[in-house]
Amino acid sequence: MKRIDRSHKVRNFHQAKWDEPIIYELSKKGERGILVPEVCDEIKERVGDCVSKLPEGMNRKEPVNLPEMSQSRVLRHYVRLSQETLGADVNIEIGQGTCTVKYSPKVNEQLSRMTEIADLHPLQDESTVQGILEIIHSTDEYMREISGMSRFTFQPGGGSQGILTMASIIRKYHEEKGQDHIKDEIITTVYSHPSDAAAPAVKGYKIIHIHPDENGYPDFEAFKAAVNERTAGFIVANPEDTGVYNPKVKEFTSLVHEYDGLCGYDQANANGLLGVTRAKEAGFDMCFFNLHKTFSTPHGCGGPASGATGVVEKLVKYLPGPLVEKCEDKYTLSYDLLDEEYSIGKVRLFLGVAPVILKAYSWIRSLGAEGLYEVAKIAVLNNNYLFNKLMKLDCVDAPYIRGKQRIEQVRYTLEKLTEETGITTGDIQRRMMDFGMHYWTSHHPYHIPEPITLEPTETPSKEDLDEYIATLEHIFKECYENPEIVKTAPHSSVCHQVDESGLDDPSEWALSWRTYLRKTSDQ
Amino acid sequence: MAIKGFKNHPYIPNSDVETQNEMLREIGLNSLEELHDEVPESLKLKENMKLPKAFRSEYELKKHVERILKKNKSCSDYLNFLGAGCAQHYVPAICDEVNSRGEFLTAYGGEPYNDHGRFQSLFEYESMVAELVDMDVVNVPTMDGPQASATSIRMASRITGKKEVLIPEILDKEKFLIIKNYCSPDISLVEVKYDQETGYMDLEDLKGKISDNTAAVYFENPTFVGVIEPNGDKISQIAHQAGAISVVGVDPSSLGLLTPPPQYGADIVCGDLQPLGIHMNYGGGQAGFMATRDEEKYVMEFPSRLFGLAPTSVEGEYGFGDVAYDRTSFGHHREHGKEYVGTQSALWGITAGVYLATMGPVGMRELGEGILQRSQYAIEKMNEIKGVKGSYFNSVSFKEFVVDFNESGKTVEEVNKELLNRGIFGGKDLSNDFQNLGQCALYCVTEIHTKEDIDRLVNEIKEIVEGC
Repeated sequence: MKRIDRSHKVRNFHQAKWDEPIIYELSKKGERGILVPEVCDEIKERVGDCVSKLPEGMNRKEPVNLPEMSQSRVLRHYVRLSQETLGADVNIEIGQGTCTVKYSPKVNEQLSRMTEIADLHPLQDESTVQGILEIIHSTDEYMREISGMSRFTFQPGGGSQGILTMASIIRKYHEEKGQDHIKDEIITTVYSHPSDAAAPAVKGYKIIHIHPDENGYPDFEAFKAAVNERTAGFIVANPEDTGVYNPKVKEFTSLVHEYDGLCGYDQANANGLLGVTRAKEAGFDMCFFNLHKTFSTPHGCGGPASGATGVVEKLVKYLPGPLVEKCEDKYTLSYDLLDEEYSIGKVRLFLGVAPVILKAYSWIRSLGAEGLYEVAKIAVLNNNYLFNKLMKLDCVDAPYIRGKQRIEQVRYTLEKLTEETGITTGDIQRRMMDFGMHYWTSHHPYHIPEPITLEPTETPSKEDLDEYIATLEHIFKECYENPEIVKTAPHSSVCHQVDESGLDDPSEWALSWRTYLRKTSDQ
Repeated sequence: MAIKGFKNHPYIPNSDVETQNEMLREIGLNSLEELHDEVPESLKLKENMKLPKAFRSEYELKKHVERILKKNKSCSDYLNFLGAGCAQHYVPAICDEVNSRGEFLTAYGGEPYNDHGRFQSLFEYESMVAELVDMDVVNVPTMDGPQASATSIRMASRITGKKEVLIPEILDKEKFLIIKNYCSPDISLVEVKYDQETGYMDLEDLKGKISDNTAAVYFENPTFVGVIEPNGDKISQIAHQAGAISVVGVDPSSLGLLTPPPQYGADIVCGDLQPLGIHMNYGGGQAGFMATRDEEKYVMEFPSRLFGLAPTSVEGEYGFGDVAYDRTSFGHHREHGKEYVGTQSALWGITAGVYLATMGPVGMRELGEGILQRSQYAIEKMNEIKGVKGSYFNSVSFKEFVVDFNESGKTVEEVNKELLNRGIFGGKDLSNDFQNLGQCALYCVTEIHTKEDIDRLVNEIKEIVEGC
């Protein structure tokens, strides 16, 4: 038998394609997926059907229009849909820059699904939840050490809610000082996450954006001109989405403090800095970590998540309650905080997403201080290796701080490729699917033409990185030699190019099966 | 002390030194310490962080965490009657199976091409919840029910251009605090009284408080204390006559049985998905939804992502995409988009979809009827205890009900403490949050409770209260 040649780097891939109907098309009258626990005869005899006791008009007339399906059919449908989803467990997840998608260890998942956490009610007596309170309290202590902050809340259900929490604290702080009518501006940078602008805007702030200077660092001169008596706070990511770290960050935070503003650090993606540097030393008063990013709890298609938010001592009183306190060997909840005139109250029900906190706890305990440092070093090594390799390609560039290191991600530009071939970063994005790869362009608006944002983390091996690079190279070559195949991509995905023309048109958009049926009923 | 890394870690393939050296050579460096050149020395940590030493094996970690978690007493160990925003329902095994599929679990922000299944599942979730609440449009889930309520209120305020919102006085305090924080500083909340006898919204008080400044009337059905509000149409009418929007918070587990709010005038419906196939997770199973009619003025005010169905370039294929993406803060407008969007709780949306498809119309009806019957039975049995009233309010309630201990000679705290000693989590003590109710507790009964469970509860309370 002739040896089979498997030396090629670019993967021959075809995503599972089931041509799966919309669930309503699978419905068959009379089928059902589960039997509901029946009410026993004694109860029925005692209280009757009770439906007759419902207030007039409150008995639903028509059954809910839900699909009628046997259990195996429901399962097959959803397993097929799962196969049509390219999670991080399936692909080399480098392509979702700014989101730190890394390996989420299975043991952590298994532990988080134990009955001893899954079946806990959040209002149980403290004496019966000592285990989970211990986990939350210990994770708080670890977060303090990692950031230098004094206290953490795990209530925010994601990074954006962490930003909202910081903005709420900024407002409370200035209200208490009677200067909220003067302090009405929050400063951020254009390469910070959109929520760094959007969440404080919900709290009524005017948002001031700082653009990069000629070298790509946040422009300190522009910043100096922006900070004044009206500055309530400064909320920023560092490194920003470009992967550029602002070495003058301490000067920025010091200036804001001179005007009694508060500084909030967007540490959604702190992966490249663990054990290297901290929020406290950089002069921040608050920070948040996305546990579903840096601390390796899976993203779940976009949550459930946790935006653990920490503050310095003087701001602890503003945190949403309750917090977990440790009294000798006993853990308690400080509901008193909610009654304080200072606290912002609450931002999410109960204590936050406990299974996510547990997974972050387990991840930290699997690595320890040395392991976290190793994570940061390898994440930055992987990123700079990828950066170095990609910059050798003629059609790839990355604006700013040339010849210097990036932290854990880089925003690249394919401007030259587009100029020479007409192929855009959006085209490449679709073509990458044909090789089982995920690729993300950038947040809007694109400040860099034809962007890609890549963030390898510590998870991929050198071989994984090489495969991703080889795939990109393969596609770039196609752009010059066979551009049609790129422009018409994807070819090996679940579906072909989506006709997006109706997505912004109220007469066309179809936001549920019933509206789809209604809008297409004349055809 | 120089900081040293942790070599050959199973989660870090490139922690192998030889590989590192090869990669370092590629980028022209000699050691890992030379990375982070851009971080000033003054900001760098000079010592390792003070964290517990790493476990040397997965086995040790597992044993350690299991040992800690065993300190908990779960609602499988104890008999539970707590609700108040998080309820113990049966979670069909199929929900856990789909929810733990690695593809869904570890997916994130992919495109409609690589995450086709995510888009379709969430479109289907939107479609099924839309039917449950009898609306057209439902969002990809937000953080929790209160967040959905708060956003519904902000949507109403933007649509009407008004800044005052009427909300019920009898509302979960945690929810009130969340809404209050989210609405400040520009939207003010005015509380509407409830009828002391029935628990219904006080229509006279509502009429007295509504004005040209009212953006929305927010009410819940069932209310926080489980009362089925019969005057939804009157409340909506009063709201509409004043030019305000009617926003109704619901418990989705009630809607196989109860009339959906749009049929009594609701313009926005919101709630929490946790009852739909999601474990309580110590409060981590919450996820919010909002629903409206398919009208541009409503759709364009959603801050959340909305997944829509669209054709592809190939006849016969379903494709999906973000509808009106630029309305969100992810669009081109950042802070000028609607509120903000980020990672919220999409996986719970997929799970709720699995639940609704599994239950079907018959299952949801049976669920609702069964809960109604069981809670009614519990109320009647509680009434047999001397000094205890099974329901404080003289009205029909669903799933949750206020048990009145005022005449029992015991405080709720005392009763709950005794119940705990007997392996039962009694209802939420309302005596702090609603002082005018005196010693009352909010009990929650669902389809998981058998007659024996309820009888056991009642007998224990009888013993505690009557001392026999």
